[in-house]
Amino acid sequence: MIKLTPRPQPSQQMLWLSPLLAIALMLVVGMIVFTLLGQNPLKAFHAFFIEPVNDLYGIGELFIKASPLALIALGLSVGFRANVWNIGAEGQLTMGAIAAGGVALWFYDSESHFVLPLMLIAGALGGMLWAAIPAFLRTRFNTSEILVSLMLVYVAELVLSWLVHGPWRDPDGFGFPQSKQFSDSALLPVLLEGTRAHAGLLITLVALAVTYVFLRWSVVAFQMRVAGLAPRAADYAGFNAKRTIWIGLLAGGAAAGLAGTSEIAGPIGQLSIPLSPGYGFAAIIVAFVGRLNPIGILLASLLMALLYLGGESAQMQLALPAAVSGVFQGLLLFFLLATDVLINFRISWGGGRPKPAAAAPQAVAKPVMEGEQ
Amino acid sequence: MTSPPRLELRGISKYYPSVVANEDVSLTVMPGEIHALLGENGAGKSTLMKAVYGVVKPDKGQIFWNGEEVHINSPAQARKLGIGMVFQHFSLFDTLSVTQNISLAMDDKHHMGKLAKRIEEVSESYGLPLNPHRLVHDLSVGERQRVEIVRCLLQEPRLLIMDEPTSVLTPQAVRKLFETLRRLSDEGCSILYISHKLEEIRELCHSATVLRAGKVSGTADPRQETAKSLAEMMVGKELPICEHPPARTDGAELLVVRQLSRQSEDPFGTDLKDVGLSVRAGEIFGIAGVSGNGQQELLYALSGEKPSKDAAEILINGQPAGRMNPAQRRKLGLRFVPEERLGRGAVPPMSLSYNALLTGHDGEMTKNGFIHHGRMRDFSLNSIERFNVKCGGPDAEAKSLSGGNVQKYIVGRELLLNPEVLVISQPTWGVDVGAASFIRQTLVDLREKGVAILVVSEELDELFEICDRLAVIHHGKLSEPYPARAITLDEIGVLMGGGSLAQTAPADLPTTANTEAHP
Repeated sequence: MIKLTPRPQPSQQMLWLSPLLAIALMLVVGMIVFTLLGQNPLKAFHAFFIEPVNDLYGIGELFIKASPLALIALGLSVGFRANVWNIGAEGQLTMGAIAAGGVALWFYDSESHFVLPLMLIAGALGGMLWAAIPAFLRTRFNTSEILVSLMLVYVAELVLSWLVHGPWRDPDGFGFPQSKQFSDSALLPVLLEGTRAHAGLLITLVALAVTYVFLRWSVVAFQMRVAGLAPRAADYAGFNAKRTIWIGLLAGGAAAGLAGTSEIAGPIGQLSIPLSPGYGFAAIIVAFVGRLNPIGILLASLLMALLYLGGESAQMQLALPAAVSGVFQGLLLFFLLATDVLINFRISWGGGRPKPAAAAPQAVAKPVMEGEQ
Repeated sequence: MTSPPRLELRGISKYYPSVVANEDVSLTVMPGEIHALLGENGAGKSTLMKAVYGVVKPDKGQIFWNGEEVHINSPAQARKLGIGMVFQHFSLFDTLSVTQNISLAMDDKHHMGKLAKRIEEVSESYGLPLNPHRLVHDLSVGERQRVEIVRCLLQEPRLLIMDEPTSVLTPQAVRKLFETLRRLSDEGCSILYISHKLEEIRELCHSATVLRAGKVSGTADPRQETAKSLAEMMVGKELPICEHPPARTDGAELLVVRQLSRQSEDPFGTDLKDVGLSVRAGEIFGIAGVSGNGQQELLYALSGEKPSKDAAEILINGQPAGRMNPAQRRKLGLRFVPEERLGRGAVPPMSLSYNALLTGHDGEMTKNGFIHHGRMRDFSLNSIERFNVKCGGPDAEAKSLSGGNVQKYIVGRELLLNPEVLVISQPTWGVDVGAASFIRQTLVDLREKGVAILVVSEELDELFEICDRLAVIHHGKLSEPYPARAITLDEIGVLMGGGSLAQTAPADLPTTANTEAHP
């Protein structure tokens, strides 16, 4: 019989092994699913995970998919570490894109070099504005930021839909719900010839460095983590609880808004619907698979991007439905949540007498919110 | 000897990955015997008791219950045998009422209304009054313990394990509890009594087993021993003696509270009424009182966790500080050690280093809002060494330390941050004798350096031992301060019960408590 016994201390090793284990389990189950669908599992594996990235163009695609995922996940991780649960990055991405798109359309005829920086600023502010709503309601009325931020996703999508069907619709667009193609001054330059990899990648790399420094060295990040792990200790120390909520939500909003901006100024080149293939939600998975750690998030975003590409490739080569990407994403999160149990517990098999650990009853009475390190 | 021992342990050993908790421990408890289990923090008392209660499984050894060998696999099984346990750390759900908590811990179902009535009866008859409908998170620590004790008593146990039961009770309540325990003992119920209070053990217990570093270091008849000889058995060395020269009376008033009144936000809390006090540089001011009489509210007001509307209600170092938050008050020189160590005074899943940053983040450990990891570690190491904190180093998580060691670390942290005013609540609650006397000595030393110290404690011995002036809080009102050398234990008892002293205490009364207190 399999038994779970608590570890005396959370395992640091398991903290990093757990995502790898989850990936392995995802692959195994994924292969089983392919087999059940009548595919040769090896061929399917090749089509899904190798085919999309076996040329330079494919690598470029991997990067431009990973970039928004990593960027959003970095922003979200700032809040998640403080138990500020911003689930609405998708909406903040959309609002950021609307704000940046508005700038691009307003300066449609301009060739100024300031259009692009202005778009980035507008995009970040748009995302922050959308994240400020749950922050304000939480700090003022103690509402749940989970519900408010999530519901605002759909509001943002409807606003975008109204704009591209109405005032911002391309007059020469044959009635499709999309804006005019942006002029060149509003588009991010391509970094590498032969790919679509654009300058948005640089924004993500800068965000990576900033987040890394912020989380490791800043007192503010320390204070926010205390607020997440032990709110009463934060009160005792005199940390500002409202500031934690504001920073936690605004960081995610700014990152999502920038990601939205670099999507419309990058591969898309206009406002259209749908704008994002669920980057804002997938980034939540990326943040947790990456252990809310900037380096981990970078790696996890590449994996998640590969799942997106693999899904498209499987659609084309194996005639599998597009939903297969979602299946893999779901499997990954599912197994991660399961394997994370191993951080605090160890498995022992019956027969040999398991070493029972000190399961003090207060551990049962007061479940400690285990913060991610 | 006609009947077999109620409980017999033979060669119990328990190993944890990093530490040996018990090694070859044997002890025998007869029916009706009150048996003391003594030992410093981390000596393995709690682990041993958890083995008896079925919470942990020993790696070696046998347990005999009424002469028959038993394997106790769960607390439910232990309760079925007739073993009840009152834990030192309470296993209560904050969001449920007293009755709901107790019914959860009962193995069979009960009608809630009837249960509430029984709780009221049992708690009244044992002198542990409890309102069964109150929510646990509104209860003070002392009241929470009552819930635990009453919960056990409802099950009519044959062996009652009590882990530090009296640390939060008044002398009068302790008397009542002892009557209860003696009555239980007369009825044939055995009691395993864990405590650091040697005087109590000498008074109450029939026999004692002393543990040191997981092993039995001696057995004794506590009635034949002195508190000093028992303490030496526990720690294996001479205890430091607390020195207590008279206080200065000419220091500046560093902490002043003026007409502080406020309604408690907690519907079952205590409103503060017109509380006034002043603590001078170089003196220790003590506040005694039964828990739940406004201590928590007063401490929240002093620390700044619940600031006042009127800035002039509290003066720190002469500055009106009533409206300031804890961080701002720290800048004026206030340091505060709360009663709850894990979760308030320290962040349980963070390393000791980071816990130093909790209140030290505006000092030398940071620069321009960035953390200096090296200095943080040095600070933490310094606190660990100076205060003899037993731990795995600065990277150990706070929750991996025993309660007494966390307390030493927090006290050490606040002291190394150079306090001018120190407010400390229950300085030695659950701390072993050696560490307690060290902490008290530290407070006295600090007083000599001119720090103004306010101690809120429910342990009268402690207050008499270290304080220069004493006041009593009752129903949110603070009494006049009395010189600790001139007031008797009985007089304090009267004040704690809500009475008043006719005259100021005569100055020539001998200070009994002062000399008899801790070794």
